[in-house]
Amino acid sequence: MFSRKATFKGGTHIPAEKNLTNSLPIIRMEAPEFVYLPLAMHIGAPARPVVAAGEKVKLGQLVAAAQGFVSSNIHASVSGMVTRIEKRYLPNGSLSDCIVIKNDGLDTMAEEITPGKNHGEIKAETIRQLLLDKGIVGMGGASFPTHVKYAPQKDGSTIDTVIINGIECEPFITADHRILLEEAENVISGLKYFLLASSAKKGIIAIEDNKPDAIEHLTRLTRDEPNISVVVCKEKYPQGSEKHLIYAVTGRTVPDKGLPSAVGVIVDNATTAMQTALAVEKDLPCYERVLTVSGDAVNKPGNYLVRIGSLYGDVVEKAAGGITGDIGKILCGGPMMGFAVGSLQYSVIKGTTGLLLFSQNSPLAHFLAEETCVRCGRCLEVCPMFLEPTVIAKAVKRRKWMDAAASDIASCIECGCCSYNCPSHIPLVQYIRMGKQFIMTGGSGGCNPLFKN
Amino acid sequence: MDPIKTPARLILVSSSPHIHCGSTVSAAMRDVLLALVPVILSAVWFFRLDAITVILACCLSAVFFEALCQKVMGCAITVKDGSALLTGLLLALCLPPGLSPVLAVFGSFCAIVIGKQVFGGLGNNIFNPAHIGRAILLASMPQQMTTWLPPVHSFIDNITNAVGSINSVTSATKAAHALNTAVNATTSATKAGIDGVSSATPLAMLRMSESLWQKGQSAADQLPNLWQLVLGNIPGSLGETCVPAILLGGLFLIWRGHVDWRIPFYYLLTVFLITGIYGYFRGYSPLFPLYHLFGGGLMIGAFFMATDWVTSPLTKRGRIIYAIGLGILTALIRLRGGYVEGVCYSILIMNMLTPLIDRYIRNTPFGGRAQKNG
Ligand code: SF4
Ligand code: SF4
Repeated sequence: MFSRKATFKGGTHIPAEKNLTNSLPIIRMEAPEFVYLPLAMHIGAPARPVVAAGEKVKLGQLVAAAQGFVSSNIHASVSGMVTRIEKRYLPNGSLSDCIVIKNDGLDTMAEEITPGKNHGEIKAETIRQLLLDKGIVGMGGASFPTHVKYAPQKDGSTIDTVIINGIECEPFITADHRILLEEAENVISGLKYFLLASSAKKGIIAIEDNKPDAIEHLTRLTRDEPNISVVVCKEKYPQGSEKHLIYAVTGRTVPDKGLPSAVGVIVDNATTAMQTALAVEKDLPCYERVLTVSGDAVNKPGNYLVRIGSLYGDVVEKAAGGITGDIGKILCGGPMMGFAVGSLQYSVIKGTTGLLLFSQNSPLAHFLAEETCVRCGRCLEVCPMFLEPTVIAKAVKRRKWMDAAASDIASCIECGCCSYNCPSHIPLVQYIRMGKQFIMTGGSGGCNPLFKN
Repeated sequence: MDPIKTPARLILVSSSPHIHCGSTVSAAMRDVLLALVPVILSAVWFFRLDAITVILACCLSAVFFEALCQKVMGCAITVKDGSALLTGLLLALCLPPGLSPVLAVFGSFCAIVIGKQVFGGLGNNIFNPAHIGRAILLASMPQQMTTWLPPVHSFIDNITNAVGSINSVTSATKAAHALNTAVNATTSATKAGIDGVSSATPLAMLRMSESLWQKGQSAADQLPNLWQLVLGNIPGSLGETCVPAILLGGLFLIWRGHVDWRIPFYYLLTVFLITGIYGYFRGYSPLFPLYHLFGGGLMIGAFFMATDWVTSPLTKRGRIIYAIGLGILTALIRLRGGYVEGVCYSILIMNMLTPLIDRYIRNTPFGGRAQKNG
């Protein structure tokens, strides 16, 4: 049926481990008693709160407004009362103000949300405005505000293709897979709105070949759409990376450090497309998302529709049937790029694709000691960005920041292929992140005592 | 409050990625050792006890010296990873059979201590340790290092005789002996007193008989025929003679992803082309480059020595340059140099150039290098 499977150079094969949850339908989780909405849950400037402690809010009501162009609106994910605004850590280690709302259990919808509201003729501006108003961000993990991508291109370049990313190459995570199966109509109409907003001619839904059911379903549904096609990609990590997806699907190479729009492409995640369809058709803001709870330390792995701002602890307790056994590792996101956290006191944000819990016995909970580099070259072979991870890591270890920069440390997408394959268990990605931080602080090294130049 | 008796089990917080493919350095070393099994078997088959003593002496002493060094330097003893064993084995395979165990142990010492540990151990050595051992032995004991025992060969002789292939084997061997005695009288004489027979390697004979080649095919009669050469029924270092065994192990390593096919491929190709062109212009038999390909240490050098992780370049393009450099050097040394065998020295020379290659041959990131200022 498919003559050619799209793919890219480099990368690595990783056991997908998706069987735990890929056949489980999405279940809506009961709203928790408290939600914690971080104001910096997206890339760009944190949103500015428009409610104060003690104020009553309704479900879907705007609680924090976008500040500046690259920023996003945040809406209440429960109805109830704002108790306070407090500082909390995000899984990536940064600190953010959070609006804490106590749930009154009523889920009273905000008045401004009128499902079935007639927008009149839907124009590109309507969609752009809705993307901004409804707080749509990239829901595949990056949380980049979607309206920014669809704003008229600064350099005047035109967009001819919109790709819906249904790859989901991270092991264990199956949220997008379930969305493609259960919300396919919404994903397709979301894509149509994206096409309208960007005036692109061609829409592509890219799915990895390990999801044959989703490929079949989407192909059937798009049979009568002349400008939408389904492209099957070969299973290889990191196929879901924006640049590699564009290369695989269109054969275009995004310039190093450039944006996809430079080659006339916009990539959006399947969940983002679905959320956009909900925003346009049902007038719903982004206040809940599907996430996969999996791993060998949860009782009921599954795909759950969870209110944004729910604490991990609530998700595990209310949806996934609690923890089993001794917990050894908690991951926010997938095992290749996700963040390890030390407790369940973090909140689900718009970009949280999964929550993985592993027991003490799981190999994920074992620390692998670093050995010396034997220069085997595996890391170079698998790097999808064609970098030289071992060279960069050595430069960082020797605190030669300029050498690291000359080795294109900034082009690293932190996909983790290099560390995954290193026989000496060198945490290459960690060294690369460290180097990036030093370089980003303008050479001052921030307050890191290791800095010397 | 009671003191905590058993420490609480902690939650691991680490940088991504959180999974690993499971490969380890020692597993890779095991694979290389496994790949060398056919070569060891062929060595034992052809040289019997003379092979076993050298292999045992090298391997055991290499492991011992590595452990000793690490103990003296007070670092963790890592002989379990198999790299010292591998170095010892590779050294043994490029020594002549029947070499005195004392010299073999001395070679191991040079390989492990001088070639590897003084640089800081595995991963930090500049030169291929096994070749350091061999080079030092060759420089200090040239006579013992170039005394070659003929293989214990009756079996293959019989087969080739029966098949009745190109040349009569016995006459070839006899002729080889005759030629050897004629031009290399000294070695033969000294060695003859001890071991009875000694012989010249095909490469040495090739070198000596070069003038004869010009006269046509007749000179080739004095060399072992090509089948003997490929199968390894010829005098030579322990592991370098049996080409099928080397190929088997080499292809296994390429299949397992431990060896980049580019290095052996471009190395062999370069040697073949240069010797072929040289032979062509001098009017030699077309077999000339094949003798260079299958004779001497080229095969084992190309698959097992030149591909050493630590001492070969990182990038694909770098590896191609490295391999071509090896080929040029080997061919030059063999055709014009003072030694009949060029593999060892060309690998050591290219090892020296590896950091330079790595410095100047860099990968371009996906999407091309962005414009840089200055
Ligand atoms: S994979 Fe690891 S051991 Fe191999 S070259 Fe890269 S850093 Fe070194
Ligand atoms: S260097 Fe960066 S881009 Fe390359 S494999 Fe490692 S993490 Fe991925």
